[in-house]
Amino acid sequence: MPLQVLVVEDSRGDIRLTREAFRDVNPFIHLEVAHDGVEAMAFLRRQGAHLHAARPDLILLDLNLPKMDGRQVLALIKEDDSLKNIPTVILTSSEAEADVLKSYQLQANCYLSKPMHFEAFHGLVKSINDFWLTKVRLPENDKGDEAEPGAQSGHEQGPKKSRGTKSGGTRGNDENDGGRRNAH
Amino acid sequence: MPIEVLLVEDNPGDVRLTQEVFLDANPSVHLHVASDGVEAMAFLRREGSHSQAPRPDLVLLDLNLPKMDGREVLALIKKDESLKTIPTVILTTSDAEGDIAKSYRLQANCYLTKPVQLTAFEALVKSINDFWLTKAKLPQTQ
Repeated sequence: MPLQVLVVEDSRGDIRLTREAFRDVNPFIHLEVAHDGVEAMAFLRRQGAHLHAARPDLILLDLNLPKMDGRQVLALIKEDDSLKNIPTVILTSSEAEADVLKSYQLQANCYLSKPMHFEAFHGLVKSINDFWLTKVRLPENDKGDEAEPGAQSGHEQGPKKSRGTKSGGTRGNDENDGGRRNAH
Repeated sequence: MPIEVLLVEDNPGDVRLTQEVFLDANPSVHLHVASDGVEAMAFLRREGSHSQAPRPDLVLLDLNLPKMDGREVLALIKKDESLKTIPTVILTTSDAEGDIAKSYRLQANCYLTKPVQLTAFEALVKSINDFWLTKAKLPQTQ
């Protein structure tokens, strides 16, 4: 299953750069674009033309957007029990401390500011891929999104298993990757 | 300006490895260690012997900890208005989907599993440094 990334971005130039950078660093990424905040929420909620939208594994969210601001999109995502566990990375030209702080208050998973130069922007997209889509374990995504396995259960099957692993003095293995890391 | 990192980890081997990698990769990192969940919360709240503790710029949190579980520490951090803005990275041996889902629901900033191999573990710690302490913008510590 290719990883789904939703880019919420109104600048055509940045969309194009992001596409090209992902194509270079990880052709297995399926990139979807929402051009404003309203479209982003319609995509995430599968409304209107987005009825069959795939649930993203990662969201890259600009802050300054037409129609609905990125801060409001972030707040809506993190208030919604079915969306809040989608890692949402702020990717914006704003370097204002107030925007950084506010984003973390709203529980953005991470804040990145867009570099001015092409090479640096390309490098940042590469590091998003290398870290978030390669190293990080993302929550399981069944794409159908009726209910994420385990997401609403409230049961904790994990702890006992892993505690046992730890007391054995060995590290847990990564065999359960399930395609979450790209082979590249 | 030093970068304050709080590592919440009970395994002395992992603590030592993490210290060595940061020392090598980024000498401006001050690594503080809490070896259980209760100590982590005391550090963050500056209680008891931690009254002079700096506010961490980043927390690296194991899940399976003595005294207070990492899941509970995470929930307490993310419920607390003054602590919730500190990026909290889960770094654990557990690769159970239930732990991953639960951590993101509790608003962990990201979830990483510790690799078995020594060199892979070192590479992971290095990538935490490269991404979180170099690329990401962290909230300014007041």
